[in-house]
Amino acid sequence: MELFLNLCVGGLTKGSIYALIALGYTMVYGIIALINFAHGEIYMIGAFTALIFSMVLGALGLTGWGLLFSAGFFAVVYCAMYGWTLEKVAYKPLRGQSRLAPLISAIGMSIFLQNYVQLVQTPNFLAFPDLIPDLGFLSGFRGVASKTQFAIVAATAVSMVALTLFIKKTRIGMAMRAVSQDPTMARLTGVNIDKVISTTFIIGSMLAAVGGLLIGNYAHQTDFFIGFLAGMKAFTAAVLGGIGSIPGAVVGALILGFSESFAAGYISSDYEDVVAFVLLIAILTLRPDGIMGSATTQKV
Amino acid sequence: MTDAVPRDPVLSTSGITMIFGGLTALSDVNFSVERGSITALIGPNGAGKTTFFNCLTGIYRPSRGTMVFSPEPGKSFGLKKLAPDRITWLGIARTFQNIRLFNNLTVLENVLIACHSRMKAGILGALLRDRRTRDEENAMAEFSYRLLARYGLGPSANHVAKNLPYGAQRRLEIVRALATRPSLLLLDEPAAGLNIAETRELDDLIKYIRANESLSILLIEHDMSLVMSVSDMVYVLDYGSLIASGPPDEIRRDPKVIKAYLGED
Repeated sequence: MELFLNLCVGGLTKGSIYALIALGYTMVYGIIALINFAHGEIYMIGAFTALIFSMVLGALGLTGWGLLFSAGFFAVVYCAMYGWTLEKVAYKPLRGQSRLAPLISAIGMSIFLQNYVQLVQTPNFLAFPDLIPDLGFLSGFRGVASKTQFAIVAATAVSMVALTLFIKKTRIGMAMRAVSQDPTMARLTGVNIDKVISTTFIIGSMLAAVGGLLIGNYAHQTDFFIGFLAGMKAFTAAVLGGIGSIPGAVVGALILGFSESFAAGYISSDYEDVVAFVLLIAILTLRPDGIMGSATTQKV
Repeated sequence: MTDAVPRDPVLSTSGITMIFGGLTALSDVNFSVERGSITALIGPNGAGKTTFFNCLTGIYRPSRGTMVFSPEPGKSFGLKKLAPDRITWLGIARTFQNIRLFNNLTVLENVLIACHSRMKAGILGALLRDRRTRDEENAMAEFSYRLLARYGLGPSANHVAKNLPYGAQRRLEIVRALATRPSLLLLDEPAAGLNIAETRELDDLIKYIRANESLSILLIEHDMSLVMSVSDMVYVLDYGSLIASGPPDEIRRDPKVIKAYLGED
């Protein structure tokens, strides 16, 4: 029973991280139908930035929640700028070209960013400090959920609520929904599509930065390559849920997180990736548009 | 063809030519819409009418020719190099033959989106929600509600657009276009798919718009009774070229027009 509970908490934690990254994939796809393969690298840069800022700010004397939130703030802002620049440099010049062109550009950016961080920072693993202060009220749950796991799930939940409010309630959120339904018509009603695309990249990158900060705390280490597998998994989660659908990305990420956790716990941790991708194949065979995706017909 | 040049056109094009690969969809179209008028563009299927609209709204860029839009007397803008959202901002709005609403947005949101093109506050304002932005957003919401109420869509403001009946969707598409506050409204076959009663309502709606909003209307339509009833001026397009223009009564009797529609005997 305790194993089962542990696996549930582990699955929820993994699923939350995947969800934070998967949202960036699904939102960008929803707006410009591009799989942004460099998105995993933004997450990796988020972890690095959080690490660097926590070192600097820690040396300046910041501790506890202040350190966590200021390091998080800088990581989020820094990644937002990365996301914005990435779109302007690698995707915007290719808009209107065949869909393959920006896809190749995305893969190129992914490799570029990995190698850039490897050269500028280090090819080795870096230890990541434990930034999350003790949470007293968790003592009753000792052995079930750690403070880091709790923080990950809580931070993800808060991010989801914030994202939902942003998309439902603000003007730009409304414009994003309009563009994802019909970009041409959105432009004809006066929506500035460049702003909407930039905002989408910025928000996706901010969520990825939160994910990067949290995974650093969870894994106690980071390196230039963490974005690759995490990006792949998050992309899988987005496809599983129905790419382009925001609730779909979250559902897909949780399914993936839980199935990995259970596979690792009940079979062997060697099997967690196998189970994840078998699941992907199985669901796509039965529902090619993903769990929450709707079959769309291409307009001519 | 009558060559009366309007004294104060809201829109005039000269030599508009649109070539797709080897196909000439529009060839040397000289066209104008008198300010405050309802002008109709008719012609058989495939004559290039919608292509012409797509050129005007920036979806296509014509291969040759110029398009000049004058939102108010004394002001004029060349449209050829402008992006669609910029053209909307200058004051041209349009509807589509196959209704293109934002289906998953509510009726109100469909109109709000269009209103927002006129807002001054930027992204920062939307995020920080300062007082000025909120005031402006509230004013937009009120404007949208009033517009919907005026066109009989008030009670369904919070319904999802795709759940409206067809006739109401058509009406909403026109209201959304009006919400961008255009000086020229382009209607692409607004009567397509409407039954006789709905077409009659549309006839009233177009006349109501003309009477109550200060704008000019350019209409593509197949329903001749509607065209004859509402328009001041009719242009006829066939195989990408204008073959006739004049008041509705004249066009109805023009042998070239009859031939284009019915074929030669």
